Amino acid sequence: MINWFKYAAPQRFYPLAGTLVRWCGWLAALLTLVGLAIGLLIAPTDFQQGEAYRIIFIHVPASWMSMVIFVAMAFWSAIGLAFNARLAFMLARALAPTGALMCFLALWTGALWGKPTWGAWWVWDARLTSELILLFLYLGYLSLHAAIDDTRRADRAAGVLALVGVVNVPIIYFSVKWWNTLHQGASVSVGAAPRMASIMLLGMLIMAIAFWLYSIAVTLARVRILIREREAEAAWMEQLKETA
Amino acid sequence: MSEKPLRNASIGVWASMRCLFIRDLKLVLRRRSDTAAALAFFIIVASLFPLGVGPQAALLKQIGPGVLWVAALLAAMLGMARLFADDFADGTLEQLLLSPTPLALLVLAKICAHWLCSGLLLALASPLLALQFGMTNQAALILAASLLIGTPLLSLIGAIGAALTLGVRGQGMLLSLLVLPLLIPVLIFGAGAVDASMAGLGISAHFSVLAALLLLALPTAPLAAAAALRIALE
Repeated sequence: MINWFKYAAPQRFYPLAGTLVRWCGWLAALLTLVGLAIGLLIAPTDFQQGEAYRIIFIHVPASWMSMVIFVAMAFWSAIGLAFNARLAFMLARALAPTGALMCFLALWTGALWGKPTWGAWWVWDARLTSELILLFLYLGYLSLHAAIDDTRRADRAAGVLALVGVVNVPIIYFSVKWWNTLHQGASVSVGAAPRMASIMLLGMLIMAIAFWLYSIAVTLARVRILIREREAEAAWMEQLKETA
Repeated sequence: MSEKPLRNASIGVWASMRCLFIRDLKLVLRRRSDTAAALAFFIIVASLFPLGVGPQAALLKQIGPGVLWVAALLAAMLGMARLFADDFADGTLEQLLLSPTPLALLVLAKICAHWLCSGLLLALASPLLALQFGMTNQAALILAASLLIGTPLLSLIGAIGAALTLGVRGQGMLLSLLVLPLLIPVLIFGAGAVDASMAGLGISAHFSVLAALLLLALPTAPLAAAAALRIALE
């Protein structure tokens, strides 16, 4: 039986993160190639939207990741606040830039998709507006963390902000159900059969997994950098520098 | 000589809240320029829009609710920083943290006093500005009603931002940056209520959501602000 809690110490998490970065990174690259091959080369032209629909293979995974990463940030902030665990705060801080990137990608690719299909780069419907609010929340988290000099206080204050802001994520998710929006409803759900061709669904799911692995790899790489910054004076760091 | 038992010197929760509320009110009333400045900002910003977009009556009537709501938002955010700043500077805030009364309730008392001297005045001044935009009397009244429910929300959620950015350099701008995204739903439903009434549609949905948001924020926002205060002062 592995005692998982031993990885709560930065010293023991650091090498684990290094291994995971390598594995997840390479797997993400491979799956991206496969997913894009399916999406751009193999999947047929859509009956209604023509070739423009192919942006779904970036847009949907990025949107999913933007929501998942914010929930993960809130989760790790809660763990950090409850248990006073500094590695949890480092994880939350490391997730934020990737989440902001995913959010921006979702909005940008959405605009690129909206222009040929809806005729507009941007509409102020519920889902787009709440996703834009999510981007502001990510940027607010990063700004608050950067503005406070004391690391511990910055972590905890930004953690409270993440917990307050996570209320927005269910609003984004359910916005297409609660409001009459231009953005299409859920085509993929856990309970019902998917309402899209299976080859397109396969490509989208492979890209989703690729985005997950990419996010994990990049976040853990960032956590390693944060550990090196914050734990610079620890004894085990000295040994690390000697062996490097 | 028999020893008299010490009288229980603590006051109750409600009494301490009332005490803090009255103290904050007195402090604000002694320095009325802060309140007047927020009100003046509201009026000036609302007056800038007709000067910027031109005086066509139809256009002003259409953008009036949104413009006035945004101006109220910005004016409320400007005054939010002073909720805790003075008490932080002279050490009163630390004493409040040490009080046996739950900090969330003390924060609620401060927010109430702050709202009475900022948000309430904005809501009461809004019908006059609505006339400036050529809105009908009914629309002006609905605007005031929506602001009456919305400005407490602004104070409640703004208090979280004020507590998070306590003593941070660049507090004013950072506070607005943090709090305005959280207030976008309030803006949408508040301005939407006035727009709906001007279009002849029902306003009950908008006011229901606004009231629901207020009822949700009343217990939770002071708790979040109290947690943020403890983080800021540890």
